[in-house]
Amino acid sequence: MLNYIIHRILIMIPTLVAISIVIFTIINLPPGNYFTTYIAELQGSGEKADLAKIEFLENEYGFDRPLWQQYLYWVGGLLHGDMGYSFSYDMPVDKVVGDRMLLTAVVSVTTIIFTYLVAFPIGIYSATHQYSISDYILTFLGFLGLATPSFLLALVLLYFANVYLGISIGGLMDPKYLGRSWSWDKVLSLMAHIWIPVLVIGSAGTAAMIRRLRANLLDELQKQYVVTARAKGLHPVRALFKYPLRMALNPFISDIGSLLPQVISGTAIVSVVMSLPTTGPMLLSSLQSQDMYLAGSFLMFMAFLTVIGVFVSDLALALLDPRIRLQAGRRQ
Amino acid sequence: MSDLTFIPGPPGGPGDDPGAMAPLPHYVSTAPYDPYAVERMTPAQERFYVASQWRMVWWKLKRHRVAVAAGVILLAMYLGVTICEFLAPYGVDSRNTDFIYAPPQPVHIFYQGRLVAPYVLGFDYWLDMKRLQRIFTPNPHKRQPIRFFCHGDAYKFWGFFPGNLHLVCPAPGGQLFLLGTDRLGRDLMSRMIYGARVSLTVGLVGVAVSLTLGIAIGGIAGYYGGWTDILTQRAMEVIQSFPHLPLWMALSAILPVSWSPLVVYFGITLILGMIDWTHLARAVRSKLLALREEDFCTAAVLMGARPARIIGRHLLPSFTSHLIASATLMIPGMILGETALSFLGLGVRPPMTSWGVLLSDAQNINVVALYPWLLAPVTAVILAVLAFNFFGDGLRDAADPYH
Repeated sequence: MLNYIIHRILIMIPTLVAISIVIFTIINLPPGNYFTTYIAELQGSGEKADLAKIEFLENEYGFDRPLWQQYLYWVGGLLHGDMGYSFSYDMPVDKVVGDRMLLTAVVSVTTIIFTYLVAFPIGIYSATHQYSISDYILTFLGFLGLATPSFLLALVLLYFANVYLGISIGGLMDPKYLGRSWSWDKVLSLMAHIWIPVLVIGSAGTAAMIRRLRANLLDELQKQYVVTARAKGLHPVRALFKYPLRMALNPFISDIGSLLPQVISGTAIVSVVMSLPTTGPMLLSSLQSQDMYLAGSFLMFMAFLTVIGVFVSDLALALLDPRIRLQAGRRQ
Repeated sequence: MSDLTFIPGPPGGPGDDPGAMAPLPHYVSTAPYDPYAVERMTPAQERFYVASQWRMVWWKLKRHRVAVAAGVILLAMYLGVTICEFLAPYGVDSRNTDFIYAPPQPVHIFYQGRLVAPYVLGFDYWLDMKRLQRIFTPNPHKRQPIRFFCHGDAYKFWGFFPGNLHLVCPAPGGQLFLLGTDRLGRDLMSRMIYGARVSLTVGLVGVAVSLTLGIAIGGIAGYYGGWTDILTQRAMEVIQSFPHLPLWMALSAILPVSWSPLVVYFGITLILGMIDWTHLARAVRSKLLALREEDFCTAAVLMGARPARIIGRHLLPSFTSHLIASATLMIPGMILGETALSFLGLGVRPPMTSWGVLLSDAQNINVVALYPWLLAPVTAVILAVLAFNFFGDGLRDAADPYH
C-alpha cells in the first residue's frame, strides 16, 4: 500500500508541472498583457494612465523578460504560497481570492456528498426495480437532469424562489456576514444558503451517477453467483448488499476523478448566474481583462483541487480493491 | 437448437416412485431423429446468419423504439437546419420596432366554436406610464389568419441565393410571434430556428475534431504501446484532470476580438473538440491493445502490412460502431458547452446567433420574471440533448449486435 501511495504521489508531480505549463501558455497566448489592454482602455476614455507605476509593475513582474523566466517566477511564487499580484484589484492575489477559494472547495465537496447521498439509494432502487414505472420515471428525470444546462436551472430556481417563496437566494450567506471573519453563525448562514447551488450544480452529476450505478448493478445482478445465492434462499436484501453492491461501488469511487472537474465547471458557471462569491465570476472577469496572475492562479487552484480529488479517489479505490494496490507495485 | 427436443433426465430420480411406469409427464417428439436438423436453417435464420454487421446493428437499433424516435427527431432537426431560411417566418435580424418584448401569440384553430384555418390574435398596445412597461393584450377582434407557402421577408438562402418564400408568414399587416419577441423586437421563433444552425453543427464539427484526434492519438498509443503509450496516457490525464468549463473559458477568452464571427465559430468548435478527445482516445487505445493480439492482426503483420494500414484497415473497422456510438454521446456535451460559453458571452458572438446567444438575453432574473418567453430556446437545447442521449444510448446497445 505504501508503495502504491508513493507511486501515485510521484505521478502527481509531473502532472501538476504539465498543468502549470499548459495554464501559463494559455493565459499568455493573447497578444499584449493586462497593461496594454489597460492603457488602451484608459486612453479610449480620455484618461491618463499612471505610466510610472505601470512601468514599475511591469519591471517587478518581469513582463519584459523571456516567457520561461516569467513562468519560473510564477511557479516559484506558487511553491512559496505566493500567488502573484492582481493588477485589476491592485492587491496580492491571495488577498483578493481569500474566502473564494475556500468557498469553491466547500461548495464542490458538499455537491459531491449530495450527489452520492442522492444517487446511491436511487441507483439501487432503479436497478432492483428495472423496467418498473418508477424506474422509467427516474430514468427520464435523470436524462432531463443531464440535458438541462445548469445555469438555466439556476435561473428558473431563482425565479420560482423569488416569485413563490418571496426570498432572494443569490449569494452564499446572509449579506451581513460578508467580509466578517468566520464564526459559528456565519457557518450556519452558509449552510442555509448552500443547498440551492448544490442542488443546481449537482443535478447533472447525480443523474450521470444514477445511470452508471444502475448499469453496473444490473450487470452484477445478472451474474451467476447472485442467481445461486437467490436459489439457495439467501434473503434478497443480503443477496444484494453482501456482494453485488460492493462490486458495483468500484466505479462509484473512481468516478470522483471525473465528477470533480464537472462539479468545478458547474460551480464556475452557476456562480456567475447566482452571483455566488466563489471563483466563477472572478475567473471570468480576470480572463477578460487578462489579469494573468489572478486567472492563472485560479485555474491552477481548480486543477490542483481536481488532481487531489483524483488522488483521494484512487487511494479509496485501492483500499477497496486489492487488485489495484497489488498491481501498481508490479507495473512499470 | 433449443427448439429441438427436451432431453429427459434419467428415469427414477430421487423423487420418483420406482414402481409406477406411468407415461412421462413431458412431451417427447415422435419424429425420427435427424442429426443434421441442427445445421439446417429456416430462410429467416439464414438471412440472419449471413447478415453483415451493419445490417444487424440496424435491426437491433430498429427495435429500440425510444432511440428510433430520438433519431427521427434529430433527423428532422438537422433537416430544419439546412432550410432554416424557409422555415423561419421572419428574417434573423428583422426588427419589429413596434413590438418590443411582445409576448407569444398562441395559434387558434377555433373561431366561435367552428373549426377554421389557424389564426393568431393581433395586439392592442399601450405604454403603462406608471411602470414604464409595454403592455400587449391580444384583441379578439383582430383575427389574423396565418398564411402558408407565402412570400415574406427577403433572405439569401445559405448566404447565396436570394429568395423570399416562407413556410408560414403573418397575415398582411399582421404579426406572427409564436414565441414572442426580444428587446429589439426580433421574432424569437425565427431566431431560434436560425440559432439551431450554429448550435447543432457545433457538436458535429467538434466531434469530428475529437474523433480525428482521438483515433489518431489513441490509435498510435494503443498500437505501439511502450513509451508512446505512457506519454500519451500522462498527457490525457493532464487534460482530463482539468475542469472543462474554466479551460473552455480561458481558451475562448483568447480568441481575438477582431476575428469575424464565422472564424470565432470555428475557433469555438475547435476548442470544444480539442479537449473532449481524451475519452475517445482512451476507448480506442484500450480496444486496440486488446485487438492487436488477435490472430488476424498477426497475420497482417506477417504479410508485411504497415502500421497505418493495420490500424486503419484491420483494427479500426472492428469497433467503428462503438466509436460512432460514443461520438454520438459526446455531441450533447458539446452543445451544452457551446450554450454555456455563449451564455457567458465567451462563445459565438452576435450577429451570429445560437441558442446560447439567445439565452444570454435571459441572464438577468428580472428579464426572466418579466419576459419568461425568452427562456424558450432552452427547450430546444434540452430536446436536442435528450434526443442525442437517447439515440446514442440505443446506438451503443446496438453497436454490439452479437451480444
